Amino acid sequence: MLKKIEAIIKPFKLDDVKEALNEIGIQGMTVTEVKGYGRQKGHKEVYRGAEYVVDFIPKIKLEIVVDAGRVEQVVTKIRESAYTGKIGDGKIFVLEVEQAVRVRTGETGIDAV
Amino acid sequence: MKRFRILTVAMLLALPLSPAWAADGLNSGDTAWMIVSTALVMMMTPAGLALFYGGMSRYKNLLNTLAMTFVAYCLTSVIWVLWGYSLAFGPDVGGIIGGLDFLFLSGITPASLEGTIPTNVFALFQMTFACITVALVLGSIVDRMKFASWIVFTVLWVTFIYTPIAHWVWGKGWMATMGALDYAGGTVVHINAGVAGLVLSLVLGKRIGYGKEAMFPSSIALTALGAALLWFGWFGFNAGSALAADGIAGSAFLVTNTSAAAAALAWMFTEWSVTKKPTVLGIASGVVAGLVAITPAAGFVGVGASIGIGIAAGGLGFFSVSTLKHKLGYDDSLDAFGVHGMCGTLGALATGLFADPAVNAAGTGLFFGNPKQLLVQIISILATAAFTAIGTLVLVYVTKALTGGLRVGEENEIMGLDGTVHGERAFDLE
Repeated sequence: MLKKIEAIIKPFKLDDVKEALNEIGIQGMTVTEVKGYGRQKGHKEVYRGAEYVVDFIPKIKLEIVVDAGRVEQVVTKIRESAYTGKIGDGKIFVLEVEQAVRVRTGETGIDAV
Repeated sequence: MKRFRILTVAMLLALPLSPAWAADGLNSGDTAWMIVSTALVMMMTPAGLALFYGGMSRYKNLLNTLAMTFVAYCLTSVIWVLWGYSLAFGPDVGGIIGGLDFLFLSGITPASLEGTIPTNVFALFQMTFACITVALVLGSIVDRMKFASWIVFTVLWVTFIYTPIAHWVWGKGWMATMGALDYAGGTVVHINAGVAGLVLSLVLGKRIGYGKEAMFPSSIALTALGAALLWFGWFGFNAGSALAADGIAGSAFLVTNTSAAAAALAWMFTEWSVTKKPTVLGIASGVVAGLVAITPAAGFVGVGASIGIGIAAGGLGFFSVSTLKHKLGYDDSLDAFGVHGMCGTLGALATGLFADPAVNAAGTGLFFGNPKQLLVQIISILATAAFTAIGTLVLVYVTKALTGGLRVGEENEIMGLDGTVHGERAFDLE
């Protein structure tokens, strides 16, 4: 049984999260630069008194596929290492993964990740 | 070496006999300084102002802003030698305009003198002022004016608005006779350009999306560099307006720098306390506000007054662009009126207050016992603003008729003028 963990985090926390996951033996991840907003909303920039609201804030999206048994451990590690306590720290989603295939060898399932 | 020394001695002995060394003759120190000053002021338009404005315009209109600045400089350069100089500095006709005696600079030879410098240098120095004045107007209308309309407007405006006002103040016209003090162009350059920009922006209308969508400056770094080049060039503008390398030039030099620095700090601290961020755009804008305000006062006031003028200009500039503009609801894209019109007016009034006869015997302000000077300054401000407002309005409609409308098409405005007008892009960012 495989699960995918998608975590949206603050960009400057990426290194901390990566190191924390390395410590528990997570060997691979996919990282994307994304933009979005949640409760943090956007931020304001003011040019000569003209206020412009920037709705979409840069974030990092991590995607990690692991065995279902490790999900809790990984999610906890990400939460701890991405945490600042301020609004905008991000979200973590856990999804079902139907199948995984390693392109080079054709291995499937847990052997592929 | 020895032969050189003998030659020098022989030349020194011949000095009293040479007509070039008569009291009003050519002074090589003055001439050298004025050639340098002219080059400094030249740089203010296609380098200083172009980058200052270009960086503030949106990324899709940066090149269009540069093109309009360059073309304003080039057109005015040609107009000036054909008829502009004569209209501004030809023999006075009724205090209103110069005569046509110097059309095509006729009768001016390399030996002709204006004071202690060659007339050619004087004409070119004055030309650089005409160039930057019309280019300043651009700040009110970037992002939306047709390039052809800008060209026609530039030709008409330099001819019919700039040259008369320059004549009134510096060409022995009625304002000079009245005793108005405008050392380097508070009325002629800044109030004139600011009010003209306001009129043009009101006729053109607001940019599509103004007040609703974000209009980010393309590069504050370019704007800051432009402000620094303007500051550097302004030493030629103000200290050069002494038309001599003398003590008054040195005094103008000092107060120019002091006012710019004080205004930059005042703008920055005001903005920091009001909107919580000390922006680079604010610091750069403050520099220009301080330079504008000290311009009419430069050769007349002492260093203490220049600090006060700078601080007032920084505060007033910030208030004009961040509060006044939004309350009144006009779209002066880059604040030609807010900075140049408002701070130029402040400077012209301050000259009437702080002009110190100990700095320059030619000017005495209210605080030195001449209350009438303030009245003269107010008349010169109102007359300049009224003439340029009405005259510019007429020329804007003439331009509109000649070029079939003033404004670019809606699609081009949204796509951006760099691509649709010039077929280029300022950056390759994908």
